[in-house]
Amino acid sequence: MPDLLIELFSEEIPARMQSKAADDLKRLVTDGLVAAGLTYAGAAGFATPRRLALSVEGLLAESKPVREDRKGPKVGAPAQAVTGFARGAGVAVDALEVRSDKKGEVYFAVIEKPGRSAAEIVAEVLEATLRNFPWPKSMRWGSGSLRWVRPLHAIICILSDEAGAAVVPLDIDGIKAGADTQGHRFLSPGVITVTGFEDYEAKLKRAHVYLRATERAELIWADASNQAFAQGLELVEDRGLLAEVAGLVEWPVVLLGKIDEAYLDLPPEVLQTSMREHQKFFSVREKSGRIVQFVTVANTETADHGATILAGNQKVLSARLADAKFFWENDLRVAKAGMQPWLDALENVTFHNKLGSQRDLVGRIEALAREIAPLVGADADVAAQAARIAKADLSSEMVYEFPELQGLMGRYYATEAGQPDAVAAAAQEHYAPLGPSDDVPTAPVSVAVSLAEKIDKLAGFWAIDEKPTGSKDPFALRRAALGVIRVVLENDLSLKLLQFISGASPRDDDAGQTQNSGLDLLSFFHDRLKVYLKDQGIRHDVIDACLAMPGSDDLTLLVKRARALSETLQTDDGQNLIQGFKRANNILTQAEAKDGVEYSYGADVKFAEAPAEKALFSALDAAEAKIAPAMEAEDFTTAMAAMADLRGPIDAFFTDVQVNADSEILRRNRLNLLSRIRSTCLRVADLAQIEG
Amino acid sequence: MSEKPRSFQGIILALQNYWAAQGCAVLQPYDMEVGAGTFHPATTLRALGSNAWAAAYVQPSRRPTDGRYGENPNRLQHYYQYQVIIKPSPPDLQALYLGSLQAIGIDAALHDIRFVEDDWESPTLGAWGLGWEVWCDGMEVSQFTYFQQVGGHDCHPVSGELTYGLERLAMYVLNVDHVMDMPFNDPQSPIPLSYGDVFLQTEQEYARWNFDTADTDTLLQHFKDAEAECARILEQPAVDPKTGKTIIMAHPAYDQAIKASHLFNLLDARGVISVTERQAYIGRVRTLAKACADAFVKTAAGGAAA
Repeated sequence: MPDLLIELFSEEIPARMQSKAADDLKRLVTDGLVAAGLTYAGAAGFATPRRLALSVEGLLAESKPVREDRKGPKVGAPAQAVTGFARGAGVAVDALEVRSDKKGEVYFAVIEKPGRSAAEIVAEVLEATLRNFPWPKSMRWGSGSLRWVRPLHAIICILSDEAGAAVVPLDIDGIKAGADTQGHRFLSPGVITVTGFEDYEAKLKRAHVYLRATERAELIWADASNQAFAQGLELVEDRGLLAEVAGLVEWPVVLLGKIDEAYLDLPPEVLQTSMREHQKFFSVREKSGRIVQFVTVANTETADHGATILAGNQKVLSARLADAKFFWENDLRVAKAGMQPWLDALENVTFHNKLGSQRDLVGRIEALAREIAPLVGADADVAAQAARIAKADLSSEMVYEFPELQGLMGRYYATEAGQPDAVAAAAQEHYAPLGPSDDVPTAPVSVAVSLAEKIDKLAGFWAIDEKPTGSKDPFALRRAALGVIRVVLENDLSLKLLQFISGASPRDDDAGQTQNSGLDLLSFFHDRLKVYLKDQGIRHDVIDACLAMPGSDDLTLLVKRARALSETLQTDDGQNLIQGFKRANNILTQAEAKDGVEYSYGADVKFAEAPAEKALFSALDAAEAKIAPAMEAEDFTTAMAAMADLRGPIDAFFTDVQVNADSEILRRNRLNLLSRIRSTCLRVADLAQIEG
Repeated sequence: MSEKPRSFQGIILALQNYWAAQGCAVLQPYDMEVGAGTFHPATTLRALGSNAWAAAYVQPSRRPTDGRYGENPNRLQHYYQYQVIIKPSPPDLQALYLGSLQAIGIDAALHDIRFVEDDWESPTLGAWGLGWEVWCDGMEVSQFTYFQQVGGHDCHPVSGELTYGLERLAMYVLNVDHVMDMPFNDPQSPIPLSYGDVFLQTEQEYARWNFDTADTDTLLQHFKDAEAECARILEQPAVDPKTGKTIIMAHPAYDQAIKASHLFNLLDARGVISVTERQAYIGRVRTLAKACADAFVKTAAGGAAA
């Protein structure tokens, strides 16, 4: 059972692509091996900045021979057909066998494929993998036509067993597979020859290369945390950055450096963003949360223990922060003077060419926030003011430089401009929630502006017919709809969405069209709601059953109804009630279709004969008496419980009573009784939608 | 390794010597206003076609929006780039590049040199490539690109392009904190000159002109003129009626594309181009650059069969 080692040695692979590339290499090669009949015991992929590697253990030494009996034309078929078949099967005409079939004598070709050596198969699979590798972006270099993420320089491809290691013969565009690689570019120049995976990993480590990204990340994290701890400080966790930095080094060396005093007063988010985005530094903070130092990860050891490297990094950081401070101070001047130039500048920033400028957008959000405010417990004037300045920071220098700080800077600047806290908070919070795990705003003014921003966006893009399709959602409209849903539900707001989504459209020239696009958008909300509730264990058919009820544009009401129904359906009574309801509904529908009438006259208890029939009458009276006021009070739990109470009487009725009685009077009365079951249940939800 | 350079020009000279020793033709700057060394026809046009090519040169570059009246320690509206272009890209280009750092006094045994992903794209030139920004101790000191497409044409063979931001690199090597304090010539010279002695005044003058004084109507008209002239040049028949020879005027046309690009940058600095218009202007310059590339590949230097 030989083991396989592959290494693809190249110029620096982008950090963000390494982990997936290691997985892809493993998947493509092992899939190819298995498809060619070579099974294996285990495989693992690895990546460093300069190499992708794959170790496959316990590979079959050769594939099993394969025999295929291929059926051909009938004996007596035209000679052309027979020779054609033989050629296609790769056997001589003389070698065709004649066998008896149900339909008579038929030619068969027996195709023998001998087993192939692992080396032959590996070479074929590796070449196909290299030529079709799914890099997000690939390139050519020199005069060649091979594509790789960056120039590919060398390939290790060796099979090793107890007898020793052998290079798999392979030549891809002039790059011959061998057993050689290189260690660290600066710390261990020169060639390394390896005999198998263990030897490879060990020799790389001696040559200052940690093959495993997880090992590099752990080393960085442990060393950085310890160094920070030794200074009484704390490393700010940043997993994304850790993964990226681990992909930028083969031999991580952690260096802890100080941030120049002059910049410590910058907002901590500015410090962190500037250090992270531009320099790939980790932030190191005091217990108070103030960021005072940084960690940089070098790829090399030096005689001065990194002093020159650290001094250089510190210098670059100071230059960066000098820029940030310059922006911050310029921005503060504008902010303290009231931010008017920023608001004016929004006129020149296009939001969307069919939806006007950012300033037009702000105007719409302001009007909408004013309308929404009283419904969410916010002061209309304050909400309007918050909307007016919510996008001001988009014109600031800091946000131009660091777009990811939008909103956050808005809050700082609004505070500096002397705006009330609620207004400043809304400048930041109106963007929320940005993702499924992001918190939703709860302060009333923030809620009003957040809803106004998202509803306007959705209504606007719906009006110009730029809806998400399939996987395409360039304006993140699904996220906006989910945002509205979460803000409404998590704040338990009662809002009639239709009122806003048909009012928010910038194109009100065609009332009919606006109305249609409003309904279409409402159904988009409902679709997103189904996805959202599915994760919380509420089935889509339960929501469908509730959608048919009035007020479905009030999401809180809708969800309350759906939750109550969902809970009812989880009870034994609820589950059986559905069966009873469906049975009643089916009998009734059939009878109505057959008789051509609608049985909705109201059943009369005086025609009730059987005790179960009488009992059902009184049960319905009791249920209706409870359901009507409960529905009025939107107390769905009580209403559903009252409905579920009907389960026993309905079951008993169907057991003891024959609906299609011989007496026409009795039959009609019983059908009308079924109609009462239906109408009573339908007051709560459209149970016909429930599956199963 | 020779003695470590002591001045801005010392670094330029070291690079010139190094790349000359590697076999590059050491060219002189292009005599037009450009935003980057890439615009020099020795890069943009010569990256096209199948002819081998190796050149190195300093290119004064202008980015009007980066002007800071000479006050910012790192930002200038006029600065120098050092540009190397080799086609086809040699297999040891990374090693050659590291050798050039050694030549200007950056010792890889003492510094942390890294190749960090940075794909290059020039929407105005219709060009893109893959490569890195090269970091030295966390500072970007060069751009390293394998050209994949220029002027809408696939590059084959591929050129390797190196661009050094000279001021930043020199400030680091010479350990200077403000660009204006950097020694331009050897500080031991009879008349020692700093970068500020040479450029502080011009930074102030151009910043004022770029941001506030340049006449936007005139610039707009010049943009249109350059655009029209570029198209007119390329419309001429390939055969020159006077000499009877085939003379496709790719370079004169390309000069107009360069002009249009710089005029666009000036208009941008004057703040008269809105975000929506921006894309349209970039598209117009790209159209010119592509047309010039189309013309160049029909010439002998562009690899067309004679």
